[in-house]
Amino acid sequence: MPSNTRPAQAHFVAPIDETPLVAIDSVKAEGKPTNLWTDAWRDVRKRPMFWISSALIVLIVVVALFPTLFTSVDPRFCQLSLSNQGPGDGSVLGYNRQGCDIYSRIIHGTSTSLSVGLIVTFLVASLGIFFGALAGFYGGWVDAVLSRLGDIFFSIPYILAAVVIMSVLSQYASVWTISLAIGIFAWPATARVLRAEILRVKNSDFVMAATAVGVTRLRILIRHVLPNSIAPVIVITTISLASAIVAEATLSFLGVGLPSSTMSWGNDISQAQVDLRTNPQTLILPSIALSVTVLSFIMLGEVVRDALDPKARAQR
Amino acid sequence: MAGYIARRLLQAIPVLLGTTFLIYFMVFAMPGDPVVALFGDKTPPPQVLEAVRERYNLDQPFIVQYLLFLAGIFQGDFGVSFSGQPVSEILAETFPVTLRLAILAVLIEMVFGIAIGLVSGLRKGGIFDASFLVVSLILISLPVFVVAFVAQYVFGIQLGWFRTTVGPGAPIQDLILPAIVLATISFAQIVRLTRASVIDTGGQDFVRTAASKGLSRRRIVPVHILRNSLIPVVTYLAVDFGVLMVGATVTEGIFNVPGVGRTLYQAIIRGEGPTVVSFVTVMVLIYLVINLLVDLLYAVLDPRIRYAK
Repeated sequence: MPSNTRPAQAHFVAPIDETPLVAIDSVKAEGKPTNLWTDAWRDVRKRPMFWISSALIVLIVVVALFPTLFTSVDPRFCQLSLSNQGPGDGSVLGYNRQGCDIYSRIIHGTSTSLSVGLIVTFLVASLGIFFGALAGFYGGWVDAVLSRLGDIFFSIPYILAAVVIMSVLSQYASVWTISLAIGIFAWPATARVLRAEILRVKNSDFVMAATAVGVTRLRILIRHVLPNSIAPVIVITTISLASAIVAEATLSFLGVGLPSSTMSWGNDISQAQVDLRTNPQTLILPSIALSVTVLSFIMLGEVVRDALDPKARAQR
Repeated sequence: MAGYIARRLLQAIPVLLGTTFLIYFMVFAMPGDPVVALFGDKTPPPQVLEAVRERYNLDQPFIVQYLLFLAGIFQGDFGVSFSGQPVSEILAETFPVTLRLAILAVLIEMVFGIAIGLVSGLRKGGIFDASFLVVSLILISLPVFVVAFVAQYVFGIQLGWFRTTVGPGAPIQDLILPAIVLATISFAQIVRLTRASVIDTGGQDFVRTAASKGLSRRRIVPVHILRNSLIPVVTYLAVDFGVLMVGATVTEGIFNVPGVGRTLYQAIIRGEGPTVVSFVTVMVLIYLVINLLVDLLYAVLDPRIRYAK
């Protein structure tokens, strides 16, 4: 061990180690500027879960857009003579009670689940961002009124609310009404998250700077506050897409969802209930399709949350 | 504390009025005549229609109808189902069953969720932790009816351990399988919550102090880490209890549990609009009250949280 003490010295005196000031003050100007989004992207692309979920989602979107690429069997062409027959002979997964091809029905049902998910997410995000931003940014009576309004919608469990709406609107049941029924009660969660984040951001120095140079309030909200508080909204939106898909299946399963003529995993699962003992794959297979879809969106949501929230990253 | 409770109760009033109004509005401001629908294909004489309308206050303006409905609720009158049975009577029959099911489910998810979450949190990044992170992710993605059917198929039909549906009187041994199914929904969340909380607490100064003054791991883990990590978990369990009291519609329907949820499920299937509304109203009331209690529980559990007077 190297020693700094000379024999004559009674006490150890540490050598003065001064960091040169230049090194601290210098800014790496030529380096790429980083922000939340580039950091998040760097974090995300290292995780296998991101690539697995993205690949699954791309596959699901392709299946939803071009179902005929994956099957040439007409899902509505059913022969009772084939009722409950197993796989084989031109059918990958066998037939259901009505003698329809299970595989083909799963492929053609994809677009229903995905469109409900997307419409609900769009609805929830726009209502949530609109009300959350107004409540958080303007405060005062606007906040009081909007927050109470949110409380009212929030305190009704949204499956129960959707059940009421859909049992009332039963003759108008379609992808659009079911999305409306789910979305109209799901937005307060998004609004609350955004409101809390805006309350945190709106006292930042850059907002004061923008005010000082005379930027209008509305422009500050849109150009400066919103982009800096949108991260948690993106996380909650990805997860709400998954829960919307589950909600559609649950409502169809309860019999207040889409009309039975619409191809939907929820409808297929609902109709297969009676065959649980005799032909369980009619029930299990669409359930697997549903679960894999939901899983891929939830996985993506987790990855995005970990990337955008430093606290979640620390706990990993 | 008393002031806080009073303020919370006052705040709950507009929310309560708002929710009941919303539900009432959704059903009664929609197109279609419920009285005509009551007679199905037959066309009743106008006098009969008139009499029915008068009896159910349907001849009054919407807002008066709503106020009468509200007055009824405050007097414990939740309306009458299509079969002529008062909704409050149906509630009295079905509520205890749902309560038992909810308690059983919360117990199951509490015991397993906290145990697994604790072990995962203490050995963060280990093989146990990693595998349960994957398991919890899969459990979160499974819709409840899928879990219910798989459980019914595997444990009820293939293995024959449980009866697939609940028998008359809803004995406890029949409720175990639906309770396990209900518990799987929140189990994953509790594992994650406990894990995050244990990791958080494990890094606190008082845990290091306890270790440095020579306390054994066997004392630190239950007394210092676990107890302090449980506050968010207990609150979550309480909220979940509220959800189970109102939201077990699907599971109760599948397992034929004679509780509140199945009654709602059957009312939906039969298209009994008014019963559905009465039930949903009652459920929302229960949900609101439980959530209020949860917030108060939070203050009792965590002395750092003091609600201002």
